Amino acid sequence: MIYLDHAATTPVHEDVLHKMYEIEKEVFGNPSSIHAFGREAKRHLDEARRYIASSVGAREHELIFTSGGTEANNLAIVGTALANEHRGNHIITSAQEHHAVLNTMRYLQKLGFHITYVPVDASGKIRVDDIARSITEQTILVSIMAANNETGVKQPIEEIGQLLSEQQVIFHTDAVQAFSSVKIDVNKQQIDLLTASAHKINGPKGVGFLYVREDVGIEPLQFGGLQERERRPGTENVVGAVGFHYAVKRMIEEMEQTVAYYTNLKETFLSTLRDERVQFSINGNIEETIPTIVNLSFPDVKTDIMLANLDIEGIAASSGSACSAGTLEPSHVLQAMYKSSDERIWNSIRFSFGYKNDEQQMIRAAKTIAAIVERLNRKGGMRNE
Amino acid sequence: MNRNTRVVIGMSGGVDSSVAALLLKEQGYDVIGVFMKNWDDTDEDGVCTATVDYEDVVRVSQQIDIPYYAVNFEKQYWDKVFTYFLDEYRSGRTPNPDVMCNKEIKFKAFLDYALSLGADYVATGHYAQIQRHNGRVELLRGVDENKDQTYFLNQLSQDVLQKVMFPLGHMEKKEVRNIAKEYGLATANKKDSTGICFIGERNFKEFLSEYLPAQRGKMMTLAGEEKGTHDGLMYYTIGQRHGLGIGGAGEPWFVVGKNVKENILYVEQGETNIYLYSDGLLANQVNWINDVPDSFTCTAKFRYRQKDSPVTVEKIAEDTIRVTFKEKERAVTPGQAVVLYDGDVCLGGATIDEVFRENERLQYVG
Repeated sequence: MIYLDHAATTPVHEDVLHKMYEIEKEVFGNPSSIHAFGREAKRHLDEARRYIASSVGAREHELIFTSGGTEANNLAIVGTALANEHRGNHIITSAQEHHAVLNTMRYLQKLGFHITYVPVDASGKIRVDDIARSITEQTILVSIMAANNETGVKQPIEEIGQLLSEQQVIFHTDAVQAFSSVKIDVNKQQIDLLTASAHKINGPKGVGFLYVREDVGIEPLQFGGLQERERRPGTENVVGAVGFHYAVKRMIEEMEQTVAYYTNLKETFLSTLRDERVQFSINGNIEETIPTIVNLSFPDVKTDIMLANLDIEGIAASSGSACSAGTLEPSHVLQAMYKSSDERIWNSIRFSFGYKNDEQQMIRAAKTIAAIVERLNRKGGMRNE
Repeated sequence: MNRNTRVVIGMSGGVDSSVAALLLKEQGYDVIGVFMKNWDDTDEDGVCTATVDYEDVVRVSQQIDIPYYAVNFEKQYWDKVFTYFLDEYRSGRTPNPDVMCNKEIKFKAFLDYALSLGADYVATGHYAQIQRHNGRVELLRGVDENKDQTYFLNQLSQDVLQKVMFPLGHMEKKEVRNIAKEYGLATANKKDSTGICFIGERNFKEFLSEYLPAQRGKMMTLAGEEKGTHDGLMYYTIGQRHGLGIGGAGEPWFVVGKNVKENILYVEQGETNIYLYSDGLLANQVNWINDVPDSFTCTAKFRYRQKDSPVTVEKIAEDTIRVTFKEKERAVTPGQAVVLYDGDVCLGGATIDEVFRENERLQYVG
């Protein structure tokens, strides 16, 4: 079995697992309690917060632990929209954001906010000009992902940070996908709100964070105790935070090597496909992608058929998202990039790499794809309608 | 042996296909479950009706430990089945979408999909049997007389049937339920689906009116006497008694014909009115599962779950047969299938086009 779906989720790293096991076994106190048990739990929680905050150039009180990327995006967008409503009701985002952002925007639209969705070009990138042009006196927030989760294309967040630093507009970036391979510094990149998630970086599921710059107003979306400075009440997920802490630690320490490693894996994968004479094209400008993701289009092989065949052969990959009845929806990201008649919307697959992958797997996966494509073509394939 | 034979089974989330999948798995086949989403619909609570069925497919697949996928055939279903369904109603006929769904979706689009997954066979939970000998197959009625579904499978070709398995064909429905209960399958107590898949439990008239403009018109006897108003020809079928709203003394009234051009619904009085009876038909879109002579006697069904009737069949053109009945038949309806049998062997079938009595064409559709 070869797992090439690390953009969906990653296995928890053994070191992280060991740390979590130790903590879960020994430390069970509630960090809010005033006794020794509570203090012990709080110490681990604070260490995690301090470490993770400093890893992105933030201070510890600027970091809110959440249940993951979706909650962090919800809190970032709705929280700042509600807190800044008196200044304006206009928000800018892009057509290729994750559903955790897009559907949050739709919710705000229902509340009366105006949302501008800037377009995405065929290379998978948004243009800073489009954002600059869209800003009005009413604009309070811009939310643009750091790298797209389907194509892996990095977005010009530093330029957006630069642009917005001269204005009274808050800048949120969803860095869930970029976090593992792009060095983030909230000061250098002038980011006001930053979303990240542990399970995309070999940490546990169920924990993420939202960085909120000190001077940014944000309303909570849930109510209860005083945890997370009342911005995210609820007893803290201590073991999750500890897992996140060590996942980030490992990620930061090894980033240079892992970027080189994944870049090499991706190249091996693509060059083997070429050697095997597989017909394919790359979605998104490969020069601008993060090393962990590549999105390929295989002419005349429909996405669902390719994915099922890959699964049958023991290779896990993915595309877009599934509807509640299990069928695949055409990717909104590719739909944003291409004309609606473009067949790439119906024949694209995302492959995403992780730390347990090696070159041999890349070669085997590519050869398996070659065999599948060959077999389907021989049968007359499954033509697009 | 079976381990190397891949069978892709169409799973609807019902008890039949669940048990069919279980039986294949027990026989050691390399089984893959696939849910077909053919229609985009939401119920009163805003839940996509396919979601509930898909969840049952997932639960059963988990229980019997097979991989499962879902495939979307909404476009093919719309183009090939629903469009035909509306066209037939528009021309005053009574279509059979289940026959068309088997022909175009389950045993075409789905078969293609299954083959693309490397399937050796596709399977479904239909009550019908496949008999293989000397490289040919025959389609046989299901053992359960009440459930036999060969009527709906009459349009499948030899080439298609070669690649088909019906694991339930030799079983009674009761046994199937029992197996489901014995294994505690999630769908063991699920109600059988009724009606046409895309309409589901909804009111048929209401459904149809969303797609076809209903034109009220005159209700008349064949002699030209006006008897009232109809709500739209598509809402009525030959032999229908209820919903006509003709009061008065005497025997009840029945639909005996339609004039689409002038939008007239013909009605006549009496359960055994001669206009309800025919002795022959012409049918087209003929499918033979194996070769048959140019003329022969056999039995026929003119609608699902009807007893067989003895008939004579003649090929009279490339794609047309004449079927002559030994006894007069009541309410044989254009648009429905005539399916032919030699004992338990289903020979094939065709779509009823015109209906006759004593060589006179009946006004069933005109």
